[in-house]
Parts: sequence; C-alpha cells; structure tokens
Amino acid sequence: MDLQIALLLGQDGIVNGAIYALLALALVLVFAVTRVIFIPQGEFVAYGALTLASLQAGQVPGTLWLLLACGVAVAVIDAPASLRFGKGRFAKLLGWQVLYPIVVAALVLGTAPGDWPMALQVLLALAVVVPLGPQLYRLAYQPIAEAPVLVLLIVSVAVHLALVGLGLLFFGAEGSRTPAFSEASFDIGGLTITGQSLWVIGASAVLIVALYIFFEKSLYGKALRATAVNRAGARLMGISTTLAGKLTFLLAAMIGTLSGILIAPITTVYYDTGFLIGLKGFVGAIVGGLASYPVAAAGALLVGLLEAFSSFWASAFKEVIVFTLIIPVLVWRSLASRHHEEEE
Amino acid sequence: MKLHSKSLLVALLACFAGSAFADINVGVVVSATGPAASLGIPEKNTFALMPTSIGGEKINYIILDDASDTTTAVKNTRKLLTEDKVDVIIGSTITPNSLAMIDIVAEAETPMISMAASARIVDTANPKVKWVFKTPQNDIQMSTALVEHMTNAGVKTVAFIGFADAYGEGWYQEFSKIAEARKLAIVANERYNRADTSVTGQVLKIISAKPDAVLIAGSGTPAALPQKTLKEKGYKGAYYQTHGVANKDFLRVCGKDCEGTFLPAGPVLVAAQLPADNPIKKVASDYVAKYEAAHGKGNSSTFGAHAWDAGILLQNAVPVALKKAKPGSKEFKVALRDALEGLKNVTVSHGIVNMSPTDHLGFDQRARVMVRVENGDWKLIK
Repeated sequence: MDLQIALLLGQDGIVNGAIYALLALALVLVFAVTRVIFIPQGEFVAYGALTLASLQAGQVPGTLWLLLACGVAVAVIDAPASLRFGKGRFAKLLGWQVLYPIVVAALVLGTAPGDWPMALQVLLALAVVVPLGPQLYRLAYQPIAEAPVLVLLIVSVAVHLALVGLGLLFFGAEGSRTPAFSEASFDIGGLTITGQSLWVIGASAVLIVALYIFFEKSLYGKALRATAVNRAGARLMGISTTLAGKLTFLLAAMIGTLSGILIAPITTVYYDTGFLIGLKGFVGAIVGGLASYPVAAAGALLVGLLEAFSSFWASAFKEVIVFTLIIPVLVWRSLASRHHEEEE
Repeated sequence: MKLHSKSLLVALLACFAGSAFADINVGVVVSATGPAASLGIPEKNTFALMPTSIGGEKINYIILDDASDTTTAVKNTRKLLTEDKVDVIIGSTITPNSLAMIDIVAEAETPMISMAASARIVDTANPKVKWVFKTPQNDIQMSTALVEHMTNAGVKTVAFIGFADAYGEGWYQEFSKIAEARKLAIVANERYNRADTSVTGQVLKIISAKPDAVLIAGSGTPAALPQKTLKEKGYKGAYYQTHGVANKDFLRVCGKDCEGTFLPAGPVLVAAQLPADNPIKKVASDYVAKYEAAHGKGNSSTFGAHAWDAGILLQNAVPVALKKAKPGSKEFKVALRDALEGLKNVTVSHGIVNMSPTDHLGFDQRARVMVRVENGDWKLIK
C-alpha cells in the first residue's frame, strides 16, 4: 500500500462518509424530537435515487401513486378534525394532501420529465418523495406518539418492511444508475477527483450548515430543539408536538431523498440498498449517542473511512469490521456516561 | 404491476382448482422477492406461459414465494406437500433453498426439479438426491468454458472478485480448481456485497496485482459495480463475467463500460444468433418469443428459461408416468421420478438433456456458449 492508494481510499471513504453523515444527522434529529428510531430513513435514499432514475428513463415512478394514496388517506383521517377548526383548515388540508399530489402527478404524466434539464428532474423527484415523510408520520407515528420507545421502534420496523416491499413492486429487483451531475474531473498530484464526489461533499457540507442555521436562528428550528429537550415543557409553551413531528419527518425525508439523488451517479441503487446505507448512518449516530450532531457526523465519516480501508485489506470481512465498531463504542459510552433509569 | 397481478391470479386460480380430483398438481417455490428477486420474477412469470394440460390431464401450478429465505422455502415445500398434495415440486430459485428442500421431498417421496445452479443439489453422493433433478448448468461447466477462453486468449494471470456469499464462494472454488489445472495464476481474490455502494478498495488491490484479466462473479446489476470502478480507475486488461449477469438490466446499468466483456451463458441468451442446424435454436427461440409477447421485447432472461426447461422436462416425463399410475397417488410420484430419470435427448432452451441415475442434470458442452457484449447487446462468439 503506497500513498497513492491511501489517498484514493481516503477520498472514497470521505465521499461515502459524507452520505452516512447526512443520514446520521437525520436519525439523531428524528430520535431527539420524536423518540422514533427511524429505520425507514434508508428507504428514502432508495426511493429518491430510483424515482429520479425512472423519471429520467421516461417512466412513471411508482412512488407517485404512493404519494397520491397517502395523501388521500391523510385527508380522510384528518377531515373531521379539520372541519371542526373551520373551512380554512379543511381547505388547507385538501390543498396539501389531495391537490398537491394531483399537481405533481399532472406534471409527471402530462409533460415529459425525461427531457427536462437535470436540476428540474431532481426538484421533481424531491417533490414526489419528500412529502411521504410527513405523511408517514401522520399515518404511522402520530396516533402512537406517546408510546414507549420500543413500540415506536417496532412500528419503524413494520414501516421499513412495508416500504421495501413497495420499492420492489415499484422499481423491480434490478438496480439503476443516473448520469453524473458533472462529468468534470480534476487531477491533483496524480490523484483524480471526480466532479460528482465534490458535489456529494459540497452538498453535504451545505446541508449541514443549513441545518445549523435552521436550528439556531429560525423559530421553527428553535421549536424543534425545545421539543427535543423537553416534550411536556415545549407543549406548555404552546409548541405543537404534532407539528414538530411532521416537520422533523419532512427534514428527514428531504435529507434521505437528497442523499439518494447524490449517490445514484456513483453507485448502482437497488430497491433495498437504502437499508444498509441507513444502518451505517445509524452506526455513526450511535457513536454520537443518538444525541450529539457533530459527534454523529464525525462517527459517520469514521465509518466511511473504515469501510474504504477494510475493503482494501480484508474485503470479505468489510461489513463485519464496520458493524463491530459499534461494540467498543457502546462499551465506552456505557462506562463514560452515568447510568440513569429510563423514564418509561 | 400488471405482471404481478396476472401471475397472482394464475396462482389464485390454481389454488382454487387445487382440490379437483385427478388433476396433476405442480407445486412451485420461487424467490420472487428478496435478494434473488431478479432471478425469481422471470421464473414466476414463465409459469403463466406453460401449457395447462399434459397428456390430456389438467395441470395446476401452485406458485409460492419464498422471499429468498431458506426457512420460508422449507415451509412452503411442506405446505405444498401436505395441503395441496402436489405430485411434483419445481424450485427453488437459489442454491441454499434448494438444498434445504431436498430432505423434505425425499421424505415425502416426491420428485423435485430445482432451478438453482450449484452442482451440490444433484450430487448423487447423497442418497436423497434420487428425488432431485435440476435445469441450470453447473458452475463447473461454465468455469471450464471461461478458463478455456482465457488460456486460448493468452491470459496468464487473473484476478477474481465475487459476491461475499454462496454464489461468489462457489464460483471461486470451481474456478480456482480448473485454473490451477490449466496453469492460470489467480493473483488476487476479493469479495464484495450485493448492496455495496463502493468497491474502490478491492479494485485498487486488483489493479496493483496487475492481472491480464479480471473475473467478476456476481449476478444481475450488482455485477456492474466492480467493472465500472475498474474502468474508472483505468484498468486496461480483459473483463470476464459469469452467466449470472445475463439479463437486459445488467446491460442497461453497465452501459458502455461493459463493451467487450466475455461471459459463458446458456444458448437461450443468443437464441436468434444460433446456427439454424442447432436443435436448441427452435426451442430457445420459441420460449423467447412467448415470454416477450407477454412481457415486452428484450425482457426475456436465461433465468426464466430454467423454469421453462423444468416445464419441458415435465411435458416429456408426465405422459410416460401416466401410463403407470393415476396422478395424486404415491405410485404416480414414483413413476414420474423414474420417467424424469429416463429422459433421453430432450431438447430444452438451455441445451440437450440426457438423464441417468448418476446425472440428474444431463447437460453436455452444448449447454453453454461464449458470449461477448457488443454495442450494448449479447453477441455469440463462434
């Protein structure tokens, strides 16, 4: 192993690590605000990448029908409550849950997104997949928002399995790739850096900074933080925990979908790819104790690098090495932190 | 989605008709979901195209999905045997599931035709294998074709990268055995996972070993990743793939990076290019035409053809067995097994079958051809 190989592996590890870092942040965010361990996070990665791929291939992505179906389901469930709040609330519900999916469907079916410029295709893919996040929260998690962590985890597993099954139905068993955002490549001291890997790292960095600003400066961000610190207290201050939950899932879905769109040109994405990527993000999040954003991001980068180097030295044991990382981390965390009883 | 509901309907109808007396019940176990779905789905679709009667008897296909999971495959097999009282079982798609099913069909004394590749499924060292037949070529036949092609092309050193599972491991064992015998040096041996997002580490190691050729042992679209990465990192040698990649999606995902790749495959992959005097051409073209009429042009695959071949074996064996016993009886199962073992010169879409008590596959070298990827399509090498 010479320096050249080490640099190449390092680059590969950082690019993958950047994606894991995004997912780790989303997992920490969802857990902090809603106490949900969001296993379906990875499915958004696959849905994002495959939706974009089928839009580019001129096909209608199955996720579009899921969006319509979930929209109608949410509208039906929420209709009685929203009518009690008046016509305005009801109109808003219909607008977001029924009219919006129809508009998106009209765009996909009525025009030919396959010929659009890439940036617009990406936006359309986001428009199809991201609203599934809050819809999922409404349908699966909101009715049991006060349930113990374990129940929420079990529901997460169920949602994950349902989404993977739907993914197979929508996109088939074989994978897809999308063209790169940029074909450029730079040669620095014998090391080739592709434009796409810069896109991944750049987009991840921008997202992380944007999230930071959102949580530090905006009212909604502060409301989310307040909910994360103390649910009951936040509620007493007039913060709607339901809204916080939906907003969190919106952010998580957006991060997941965007990660999928970013990696689709680098690797082949399958309907079930997301789970493993999400799991590696989860290892990163565990390093941060499911609480600290910077440590989670650093942990995810560590996972990416560990993966790259172990695939060079012992490719057959790569996953073993990556997932074994969690054991020393858990030992260290249980020794370092004071033990306290779970409240529930 | 259309495909799914159609085959589901067939399965459902078959279930209702299952109890009718004296029909021949064929139990099918396929991996239509889970990691092997890309193989199992075309197999499942193929059963809908099969004849509904053989020798004047009505045939009911009862199709169950095992989700690529061994336990489910075993459970489904038991269900088919006890509840549906099937006369024969076809399945499963993958080797571990098929191996696990052997014990159960042997216990129930019911013939089984597997659609999985490993030679171990019909290894007669195990007495239970008396009841088991299979349609896909053994890995060893394909490995021999590969090594032959490599040595003829002057390849001295080769690197191997395969799935970190039974498929990759099985290939390495067969390939390394033959390579050693033919003085072909394996200079790197790497593994990766089907769902991996990057194989940069493995590829760098392969490139630093400077092999004349690389063999990638994966199936379906996941086999494209190492090849694309090798190209990207500037590897200039020859590329070999296995017959596991022989479907349209692989070409779609791999694109121009797969031009010039060699692979061994069943003749059905290049049915239209076979010489007119080859008896396999008619059977293979017939299957391709039927499948593509139902599921769209270019969508047929060699995996679905394994299921089709199992159907052809039954069409030849059932009339013989019907002379001896009535379907649904214990004697019929025995007669069907004997008839399958006695099949001679049966042309299927993957080759010509000559069964014997020691060979429950029955293929010779006519069951494989070498193929090259040219202009985004498969090209038969003469």
